[in-house]
Amino acid sequence: MDAGFLLVQSLSGLASASSLFIIASGLTLVFGVTRIVNFAHGSFYMLGAYMAVTVVPWLLEIERSPWLFFVGVLISAAVVGLLGVAMELLLLRRIYKVPELFQLLATFGVVLMVQDAVLKIWGPVDITGPRAPGLRHGVEIMGQRFPAYELFLICAGPAVLGALWLLMHRTRFGVLIRAATRDREMVGALGVNQAMLFTGTLFLGAFLAGLGGALQIPRVSASAQMDLSIITEVFVVTVIGGMGSVTGAFLAAVLIGQLQAFGVLVFPKITLVLVFLLMAVVLVVKPWGLLGKPEPAAGRATLPEGILHPRGFALPEKLLAALAVAAALAVPVFGDAYAVKVATEVLVFALAAFSLHFLVGNGGIVSFGHAAYFGLGAYASGLLVVRLGVPMEPALLVAPVAGAAFAFLFGFFVVRLSGIYLAMLTLAFAQIAYAVCFQWVEVTGGDNGLVGVWPSAWATSRHVYHYIVAAGAIAGIVALRHVIYAPFGATLRAARDSAPRADAIGIDVRTHQLLGFTMAGGAAGLAGGLYAFSKGSIDPTMLAIPMSVDFLAMILLGGIQTVMGAVVGAGAFHAIKDIFMPLTDYWRFLLGASIIALVLLFPRGLGGAFASVRARVAAEPARA
Amino acid sequence: MSDTVLQVEQLAAGYGPAEVLFGVALVLRRGEVAALMGRNGAGKSTTLKTIMGLLPPRAGRVRLAGQDITGWAPYRIARLGLGYVPEERRIFTDLTVAENLEVGRRPAQPGREAWTPEKLFAIFPNLAEMRRRRASAMSGGEQQMLTIARTLMGNPDAVLLDEPSEGLAPVIVELMAEAVLRMKEEGIAVLLSEQNLDFAAAVADRAYVIEKGSIRFQGSMAALEADEAIRQAYLTV
Repeated sequence: MDAGFLLVQSLSGLASASSLFIIASGLTLVFGVTRIVNFAHGSFYMLGAYMAVTVVPWLLEIERSPWLFFVGVLISAAVVGLLGVAMELLLLRRIYKVPELFQLLATFGVVLMVQDAVLKIWGPVDITGPRAPGLRHGVEIMGQRFPAYELFLICAGPAVLGALWLLMHRTRFGVLIRAATRDREMVGALGVNQAMLFTGTLFLGAFLAGLGGALQIPRVSASAQMDLSIITEVFVVTVIGGMGSVTGAFLAAVLIGQLQAFGVLVFPKITLVLVFLLMAVVLVVKPWGLLGKPEPAAGRATLPEGILHPRGFALPEKLLAALAVAAALAVPVFGDAYAVKVATEVLVFALAAFSLHFLVGNGGIVSFGHAAYFGLGAYASGLLVVRLGVPMEPALLVAPVAGAAFAFLFGFFVVRLSGIYLAMLTLAFAQIAYAVCFQWVEVTGGDNGLVGVWPSAWATSRHVYHYIVAAGAIAGIVALRHVIYAPFGATLRAARDSAPRADAIGIDVRTHQLLGFTMAGGAAGLAGGLYAFSKGSIDPTMLAIPMSVDFLAMILLGGIQTVMGAVVGAGAFHAIKDIFMPLTDYWRFLLGASIIALVLLFPRGLGGAFASVRARVAAEPARA
Repeated sequence: MSDTVLQVEQLAAGYGPAEVLFGVALVLRRGEVAALMGRNGAGKSTTLKTIMGLLPPRAGRVRLAGQDITGWAPYRIARLGLGYVPEERRIFTDLTVAENLEVGRRPAQPGREAWTPEKLFAIFPNLAEMRRRRASAMSGGEQQMLTIARTLMGNPDAVLLDEPSEGLAPVIVELMAEAVLRMKEEGIAVLLSEQNLDFAAAVADRAYVIEKGSIRFQGSMAALEADEAIRQAYLTV
C-alpha cells in the first residue's frame, strides 16, 4: 500500500462523506425544528435519484452540457422539496404533538407508500443514470486514477455546508429556524407563524435529500431499495453528529466516510459493524452526539405514553382470556392446515409483541429494533440445528438465552440514553445484527438464509407443533404479565414516568431497565425460535426494520395503554396482513396507509377503544 | 371600549385534570400599568399564558383591541399587538443578542415609530456591548433585559410581563422598573404579574389580586397598599 493508494482511498471516503452529509443535513434540520425523526427522508433521497434519472437524460437530449446536467439535478431536488411540503401539510402537521413512537411509525408508513409508488411509476428494474458531461474523465493523483466526478462531490459537501451556514446566520428564515430548534413555542409567541416555518423547513430538508439522491446518479443506479439502506446510515450520521446540528453532521459524515474507506481494507465484511460500533461509543461518551444539545424541555406535549394503572382481570376479562386460550388450543381440532398455520404465527407474534409492549408500554423504553432479539433467537436455534445437528428441544431452549444475552449486551448501551436517541440506538443495534446475518454468508447463508430448521420427529406435525408454540407463547406472556404486576413492573413504570425522581427515591434506574430489556429480549428470542421451527427456515427479514415496525404496529393497534392490548393487536394485525396481502400488489401501500390512519385516528388502539367503551358503559348507570 | 386594550372575561384554564383558573376577569387600559399580584401557585402565570394563547382557555373570553381572540394561535395574538415576556425568559441560547432581537422583530403599526435595536440599547446599555455574544453566555439579569427587548422589537400595544423582578439582584430590579415606566411612556400598556409589592408599587397604576384562580381584589395600587387585610390574606407569605 503506497501513499498514492492511501490518498485515493481517503479521497473516495471524502466523496462518500460529502453525499452522506448533504442528505443528513436535511434530516438534522428537519429534526431540529419539528422534533420529528423523519423515516421518509430516505424515500426523499430515493425520489431524488429517480427524478434525476428521468429529468437529466431528457435535458441532455437538448444539449450535452454540464450546466444542463446540474440544472436537471436542481430541478429534481426542487420537486422532491415540494413533496416534502406536501408531507408536512398532509401528515406531519397533525402529529407534531404525539409521542415519538407514533411519529416514527407514521413516517415509516410514508416509506412503505413511497416504495409501492416508485415501483408503480418506474418499475422494478434498476435505472442507470447518465454520467455528468465534462466530469466523465479520471484525474491522475500520485500515480492513481481518480474519477473527476468524485472530486466534484468532495467539493459539493463543504459547499452545501457553507451555503447552509450563510442561510442559517445571514437570513431571517435561518435565524428563525435556529430559534425554533431551541424553543418553537416561544417563536410562535413572538408572532412567527410556525406553520410556515415548518413547511419551509420541510422543503429545505426534502430538497437536500433529493439533491443528495440526484447527485448520486452517475455513481449508483436508482433502485427501490435505496431508501432503507441510506436512512440507516443517515440516522447514524445525525446521531453521531448530534441531532439538530448541521456542523456535527458534517464532522460525523467525514468520520464515517474515512472509517468505511479504510475499514474496508482491514475488515472488508464488517464495515457496517464498525460504523455502528463508532456510534455506540460516541453515544456512551457523549449521549447527545458530538455537537448535539440535550432536548429542550419545552415544546413536546405528550399523551400518556403507556400503561397507567394496571388492574387485574375482572370477571368478564378472565372469561375472555380463558376463551382466547381455549380457542388457541382448539384450532388444531377444528381448523384446517391453513388455520393452524395462521394460529401458530399469531401465537408467536403475540409473544413477540407482548415482550415489546413490556418495554414500550410498561417501561417507556421505545425500542425500534425489537426484531433483533426475535431474529437472533431464530438464528441461534436455526444455526444449531442446521450447522451442528442439535435436536429441536435443546435448540429451542437456547433461543431465549440468545435473545436475552444479546439484549443484555446491547441494552448495556441502550439504557444510558432516553427518548429519540434511545430509539435510534436500538435501531442501530438491530441493523448491526441484520448486517451480520446478511453479510456473513458462509455461516448464515446471507440473503437466502438457511432451510432445514425442522422440529424433532415427534413434533413435525403442524398440530403437535402448534401445541408446543401455544405452551411457549402462553407461558411467556403469563410470565411477563406477572412481572408487570410485580413490584419490578411498578419500578419500571416509575423510571418511565420520571427517571430523576425514581433515582431520587433510591431506584437504580439503569440496572432495572437493563434487566427489563434483557427479559423482553429473552421472550422475543423464544418467539423467534418458535417461529424458525414453524417455518422450517431462517432468513434476514426476521431481524430487518420492517419486522420491528410490524411489532410496533401490533402494540399500537392493540393500544399501548392497556396491558393485554399487544396480544389483541398481534392477532388483529396478522389477520389483516394475511387477508389483504394476497388481494393486492400494493400491500405495502395499504399497510403504510393503515399505519398512518391508525396513528391519526386511533392513537389509543383497539385496546384503548375497548377501555373507553367500558368506561362509558360503567358511567352509564351513574348518569341515569 | 376605546381605551380598553385587553379585556378578559370569566377565563377558565388548567393543565390536564387540574383546574387552575376559575373565571378570571380583568381589563387593561391603554397606556396603563396594571399588576396581577398573588402568591406562588395562585394562577398569575397561568392567566398570562392563557391570554397569550399558549394554554387553551376552557371557558371565558379574551378581547384584544376590540377583537375576540379567544382560542387564537399565539402568533396571531402577537401580530395583533400583544407582547409576552415569559417568567422563564426563554431566551434562544444558541443565538446572539442581535439574532434574538431579530426573531422578535415585527413591523410597527402605521404612523408609529418602530423599535430598533439602537433604541433598545439606549434603555438597556448592557446589551449594546454584547450584541454579538451568544445569549447562553449572559447573566440572568442580562437575559431578563434581552427578553423584554426582544418582545418590544415586535412593536406591541400591550405587553404581558411575567414576574419581571423574580430572582434578580436589586440593582437589576431597579433597571426593570425603569424599563416598565419607559414602556408606559411610549404608550404601551403593561400587565405584569408580581409577588413583590414594592416593585409593583413603584410601577403600577392599578392592581388585581389573584388567589386560587379567582380575582379577589381590584383597585388602585394605592388602595391595595392601604388595605392591610387584603395584603395579609393574599400576599404576605
